[in-house]
Amino acid sequence: MAQTTAQTTHTGEGETRRDFIYLLAAGTGAVGAACAVWPFIHSMNPAADTLALASIDVDLSPIQVGQAITVTWRGKPVFIRRRTEEEIAAARAVNEAELIDPQPDTARVIEGKDEWLVLVGVCTHLGCVPLGQKTTESRGEFGGWFCPCHGSHYDTSGRIRKGPAPANLPVPEYAFTSDTTIRIG
Amino acid sequence: MAHAPTSEFKNPVINWIDQRLPVFTMLNKEYGVFPTPRNFNYFWNFGALAMVILAVMIVSGIVLAMNYTAHTAYAFDSVERIMRDVNFGWLIRYLHMNGAHMFFFVVYIHIFRGFLYGSYKTPRELLWMLGVVIFLLMMATAFMGYVLPWGQMSFWGATVITNLFSAVPVFGDEIVTLLWGGFSVDNPTLNRFFALHYLLPFVIVAVVFLHVAALHITGSNNPLGIEPKGPQDTLPFHPYYTTKDMFGMGLFLIFFAAFVFFAPNALGHPDNYIPADPLVTPALIVPEWYFLPFYAILRAVTFNIGLPFSDVILIDAKLGGVIAMFGSILIWFLMPWLDKSPVRSYKFRPIYRWWIWLLPLSFFMLLYAGAKPAEGWYVLLGQAGTVLYFLWFLALPIISRIERPLPLPASISQPVLGGGRLAATGAAAKPMEKA
Repeated sequence: MAQTTAQTTHTGEGETRRDFIYLLAAGTGAVGAACAVWPFIHSMNPAADTLALASIDVDLSPIQVGQAITVTWRGKPVFIRRRTEEEIAAARAVNEAELIDPQPDTARVIEGKDEWLVLVGVCTHLGCVPLGQKTTESRGEFGGWFCPCHGSHYDTSGRIRKGPAPANLPVPEYAFTSDTTIRIG
Repeated sequence: MAHAPTSEFKNPVINWIDQRLPVFTMLNKEYGVFPTPRNFNYFWNFGALAMVILAVMIVSGIVLAMNYTAHTAYAFDSVERIMRDVNFGWLIRYLHMNGAHMFFFVVYIHIFRGFLYGSYKTPRELLWMLGVVIFLLMMATAFMGYVLPWGQMSFWGATVITNLFSAVPVFGDEIVTLLWGGFSVDNPTLNRFFALHYLLPFVIVAVVFLHVAALHITGSNNPLGIEPKGPQDTLPFHPYYTTKDMFGMGLFLIFFAAFVFFAPNALGHPDNYIPADPLVTPALIVPEWYFLPFYAILRAVTFNIGLPFSDVILIDAKLGGVIAMFGSILIWFLMPWLDKSPVRSYKFRPIYRWWIWLLPLSFFMLLYAGAKPAEGWYVLLGQAGTVLYFLWFLALPIISRIERPLPLPASISQPVLGGGRLAATGAAAKPMEKA
């Protein structure tokens, strides 16, 4: 009888301690499970060889004023356009407050290299490649690029002016390695 | 030993197996004598048809996988090799390709049957919700399968759809990079899509099993939407509905074969016979027809949603479109609770019997708008279709409350044997078996 009473007390006392052990075990288990899952999730992120191809050098010397070329970088097209004076002037004449994604043209080019516009040629809406690299293609209402998928118009600074895209065409990280060469990435 | 009572079979081998593992007893219980409402119309064929086409897809898919190469440099050519060099490869690929169209065609009718006859209502809510899960899995599987031939539409379809996830606030870009395994849709993406495209159909099989298991707990709904009151209201599944399903299957296979043999590319997009080119976007990216309504909803949100009288944007157009598109299917999960009417079948619901047709109307409006470029009045059509579609669901609680349903027949056998539901007036309709 005494034993039973003792047991009851022990059980009563043990419950909170047991709860703590349960919580601790479950918590450790959850952290362990998360640690075990992470390699599987991370294996789906870009692999080392994919990352190794992450930067390229481009020779700009053959590009004439008014011309544009497209190079592939990280599997995406990069637009490089050597802008005319009029195009630069048009890009700078815009009232910034009217832009969907306000950004001055000067912030989108490297100072002193104002004629070179380098952009990731992927529409910020749903990832189509906008038209406008060739002079024969539609350049939209603002003389830059036009995305035929859902009708986004970009200006001569690659800024979104009209259509569903939420942001300007991104300027990739790049630097001039010489007067006529750039390294992207 | 405690187990389910087993039947006696004439064949001693079957008997021996059944006493150790009562699969034959189960088969007889669930597909032999299973009591099924006697008044099914042909709408009730489409669940069985969906199972048939699922089997066709799995069998043809496994054989295709034996000849397919999931690599950006070889995928397109390996599919062309299947078409030209592999024995019957053309047939198997066309079966698989058109089978996807057939699967959605059959499942859309199957789902619409549920809407017509209130098959989502208590006690079948979970059965319905499992069906929605199957549909979502089908969409994922079909999308990833469409990427595998690595044509222009494969590539750009994959680009547009994976980019949807970039609309997720904060982590959007990280999620998209994780989905791609790179910085664009490329070889790692193709590889994982192939792996998942092979896996998901078996997940579908598992959920179909649960769907059917739940069905066999509640029993089938029927065109009158009233529960069977006794044996006079039901028929054994075999031979009555096995025969009816086989007849429907015969007609369906003729329809299917007509596409496979005479118009195998009629439902596809010709651009997908151009190898994928990451530098050239097709002039018009359109998904397969079965995704068009949802694609139209995605494109219908062309405006930012913000705090009124301020420049604060809460949900930009892109995220808004994504939310609307996923919401358009997720709202199906709520059907058992949106529809407050205790009456299942549209036949006895004076308002709903008209209201129901606005759902296919909005569906076809969206299907049409989704196939067209996002400009001019097609945008307005898509927006009108989207409003109508969501209005259909959101007005349902009100409609089902103000509606006064017609009197229900006393039993299933009464209108079947008594000559139409007006016979409810004649008390003479006896619940007797028609010999």
